[in-house]
Amino acid sequence: MAEKEKLEALRMRRQQWDEKTAKSLERFPERKEKFVTGSSEPVERLYTSLDLEDFDENEQLGLPGEYPFTRGVQPTMYRGRFWTMRQYAGFATAEESNKRYKYLLEQGQTGLSVAFDLPTQIGYDSDHALSEGEVGKVGVAIDSLKDMEILFDGIPLDQVSTSMTINAPASVLLAMYIAVAEKQGVSPGQLRGTIQNDILKEYIARGTYIFPVEPSMRLITNIFEYCSKEVPQWNTISISGYHIREAGSSAVQEVAFTLADGMAYVEAAIEAGLEVDSFAPRLSFFFNAHNDLLEEVAKFRAARRIWAKLMKEKYGAKSEKSMMLKFHTQTGGSTLTAQQPDNNIVRVAIQTLAAVLGGTQSLHTNSKDEALALPTEDSVRIALRTQQIVAHESGVAETADPLAGSYYVEDLTNRIEAGAMAYINRITEMGGAPAAIEKGYIQKEIMDSAYEYQKQIEKNERIVVGLNKFQVKEAAPKGLLRVDPSVGEMQKAKLDQLRGERDNQQVSDRLAALKEAAVTEANLMPFILDAVKEYATLGEICGTLREVFGEYQQSVVL
Amino acid sequence: MDRPIRVLVAKPGLDGHDRGAKVIARALRDAGMEVIYTGLRLTPEQIVQAAIQEDVDVVALSILSGAHGHLLPKVVDLLKKEEVYDEILVLGGGVIPEEDIPELKSKGIAEVFTPGTPTTVTIDFIRENLKRKQ
Amino acid sequence: MELGERLLQGDKKAAARMISLIENDDPKAVAILASLYQHTGKARVIGITGPPGAGKSTLVDKVVKQLRSRGATVGVIAVDPTSPFTGGSILGDRIRMSDLNLDPGVFIRSMGTRGHLGGLSKATLGAVKILDLLGMDYVLIETVGVGQSEVDIVKVADSVLMVMVPGLGDDIQAIKAGIMEIGDVFVINKADRDGADRTKMEIEMMLDFNHQEWRPPVTKAVAVKNEGIEEAVDNLEKHWEYLESTEKLAETRIRNSELEIMDLAQTALVKQLMRNSDNRNWLRGLAEKVAQREQDPYTTSRLVLQEMMKQSIKEEAHENTES
Repeated sequence: MAEKEKLEALRMRRQQWDEKTAKSLERFPERKEKFVTGSSEPVERLYTSLDLEDFDENEQLGLPGEYPFTRGVQPTMYRGRFWTMRQYAGFATAEESNKRYKYLLEQGQTGLSVAFDLPTQIGYDSDHALSEGEVGKVGVAIDSLKDMEILFDGIPLDQVSTSMTINAPASVLLAMYIAVAEKQGVSPGQLRGTIQNDILKEYIARGTYIFPVEPSMRLITNIFEYCSKEVPQWNTISISGYHIREAGSSAVQEVAFTLADGMAYVEAAIEAGLEVDSFAPRLSFFFNAHNDLLEEVAKFRAARRIWAKLMKEKYGAKSEKSMMLKFHTQTGGSTLTAQQPDNNIVRVAIQTLAAVLGGTQSLHTNSKDEALALPTEDSVRIALRTQQIVAHESGVAETADPLAGSYYVEDLTNRIEAGAMAYINRITEMGGAPAAIEKGYIQKEIMDSAYEYQKQIEKNERIVVGLNKFQVKEAAPKGLLRVDPSVGEMQKAKLDQLRGERDNQQVSDRLAALKEAAVTEANLMPFILDAVKEYATLGEICGTLREVFGEYQQSVVL
Repeated sequence: MDRPIRVLVAKPGLDGHDRGAKVIARALRDAGMEVIYTGLRLTPEQIVQAAIQEDVDVVALSILSGAHGHLLPKVVDLLKKEEVYDEILVLGGGVIPEEDIPELKSKGIAEVFTPGTPTTVTIDFIRENLKRKQ
Repeated sequence: MELGERLLQGDKKAAARMISLIENDDPKAVAILASLYQHTGKARVIGITGPPGAGKSTLVDKVVKQLRSRGATVGVIAVDPTSPFTGGSILGDRIRMSDLNLDPGVFIRSMGTRGHLGGLSKATLGAVKILDLLGMDYVLIETVGVGQSEVDIVKVADSVLMVMVPGLGDDIQAIKAGIMEIGDVFVINKADRDGADRTKMEIEMMLDFNHQEWRPPVTKAVAVKNEGIEEAVDNLEKHWEYLESTEKLAETRIRNSELEIMDLAQTALVKQLMRNSDNRNWLRGLAEKVAQREQDPYTTSRLVLQEMMKQSIKEEAHENTES
């Protein structure tokens, strides 16, 4: 009764406050008529406990490390240890990358992160016509096991964890990694790392797809199955909202479409006969962090709560590990401006706070010059220092989920959950994420948000400092990082040499076996591994599968 | 009848980031232009043949992979070889360092629009710099 | 060299330019087409239509490749709607045909409807003739099957390929009246989805009900996997043989020409009426009288027709003395 009376008193007081405020507004109007979040969600003048009347802390928040994991997946969060500070980096050739990895390992880093160039990501060899001008540009070029051997030369694969940003040909690169390890005498069971392996967001937003939906989903479940037996410590997928957000989605859409993709993978694996608790703990997620600090924090919290409920209630997971949404975060590349690039350091700092207050497991911070070109070493260091300052100086890492209980943050968390669930239900009605992607529904929803955002900026309804307000005249930045243009020629020469040295009969036999298996229901991983070991190239393996599977046709609804 | 300005919006090379290309396609449409959107992964040769068959006034190329120095001039060269460059305005857009822009312009790219450029700037530029009279 | 000549020699740039000029109603281009008309009629014109999301562009891509493998050259006209509000449009059919760009025996052109309310414009008919003159053995016209265009396509095409997808369910009932008479060949695309056989059966049943001399064949296809394309093209060939072996082809083309003449005459009349403010004001004045019951619309329309013809004859004579 006391509670109810208190609430009633507050309601009365709030009413009076509203009336009083309304009067003063006549003389001192607010800055603008409508206040919205970074994702255009409305923001009220004031939040009080009246906004959380049906709030049930036990049910909606629980405690850190407990279902529904709203407050984080570990009980002590960053009091145990900080998030992993992992910077994604790409260098043109396997030789250069190898040098950099060795340096990083000497500095005490234990995790490697590999960025591949676009031909590798799309399953073309460096000498393919479409690879022209692209070899080594956004990451390392890998054409065959030979390059992979150089990439990890002298690096003991039983002692590092390697994260590879690879999707459509993930099975091939994973096979190469396993083959390199074997040559080192390291068994697959000892390997630790992650492949991104999230094809659905490639169709939606990132564009490095190869095969149509169905065979792509099969390759993914083949990996789930193979790894659960042979490479049990490997994280088999990183379900990514990052690129969805970069493509222009709202925060709600980022959560909704990423989790809908996740549901599709879970369903595909269950359909392939896998037990949910056998693979679900190995699923991980990858989100973006934008500038609207509190909305972003709410987004991460809502995502955790939704996923836990889905896994428990919809897919019948028994293990708590299956219900935990663990995620990597990268700060938002599209929020950076080419104008006054130093300002980007501040943006990245806010986004870092959002990721940490949101309970991320690992974080990549973007460098200030990323809107211009590949980052220089100096700017990469500042980006890393930003994380270290937040970790050691800001104090936000000293207790778990410090923003819990904030009327505004909890209301936002609830609203993001409701908005995302509405999308998820609509997508489920359409037959799941793959069907919604094929219809172009998800792409169009994102595009509508992106176009709306662009119009808001052009009408000055949304201010981006340095872009549409507070501009200055500035000189073009100098000293940007460039990729040596001869990399393409070097890779071509290596390929020519390889084709002369390897046993070409073995290669064509292995490719023929792979092709034969592809038309059956067999798990393709062993066949890919066999071909890789005979030095079949990435392009040859993907080409063989292209012959059987065909290629994905982009679904564009403009 | 006034002929709408016809623009080919293309993404040369392999990068799949098409947010910018799609936003500009919509903005040009809303400005009354006919946009031929060609999707991802086109070679310069494919872009030029499409531009010829569509008889466009503008070829707008969006690229974020860093391969602009190679791919954009190649499109211009092929348009010249096909003897249609004199009638077609070639534009570039995407993550392109400012220090690269003078060279791209000297190689025949009329203008380069980097992230943050309002779509109205691109629209006005097209209207004012068409090579062919409407 | 003159555009017309270059066109006859297979110059794609000339064809592309001619289509633009015809889209803009350029009188010189119209004159060129008129003078070359006797050379047209060689290409086989195939309309391809179906509901949105049926995968038409992908199917067209594969049909073109199939025809190319049989040695034929192919022109494609892909029609997309123009926004009635801004006059702009995004034409995206080439996305699924990108590797055809480099085939010398293929010519693809995207067209906006430009205010023709979803229907095929006069310019589409012009473009068909231009691709015919360019030497294309086949001209495929792809339109979204909503509203007027799927009815209009019959006016242009020798054969119509109707693309369907599984699971249309009630939609079939709704659209059957329109499509059953239009399609000469049916393809159920995306046939690896559930319900393909049922959809096929439903369409077959409706077609049986019609008792036509030519019973349209219905086949399944999965265009993305290039499955069922050969069969579909074979069926188009069979339809052509049927047209040729009977009086049908001549009949179809006479009917299409008749429609074209009527269409052009109507458009010319309206255009003449709207061409200057004198005419527009005159019409307005007549309308006022009709609205006030001072004149009847029947006599008035005959008067308008006579006046427009007089103007037209006078202008033509004037143009002839000028040139």
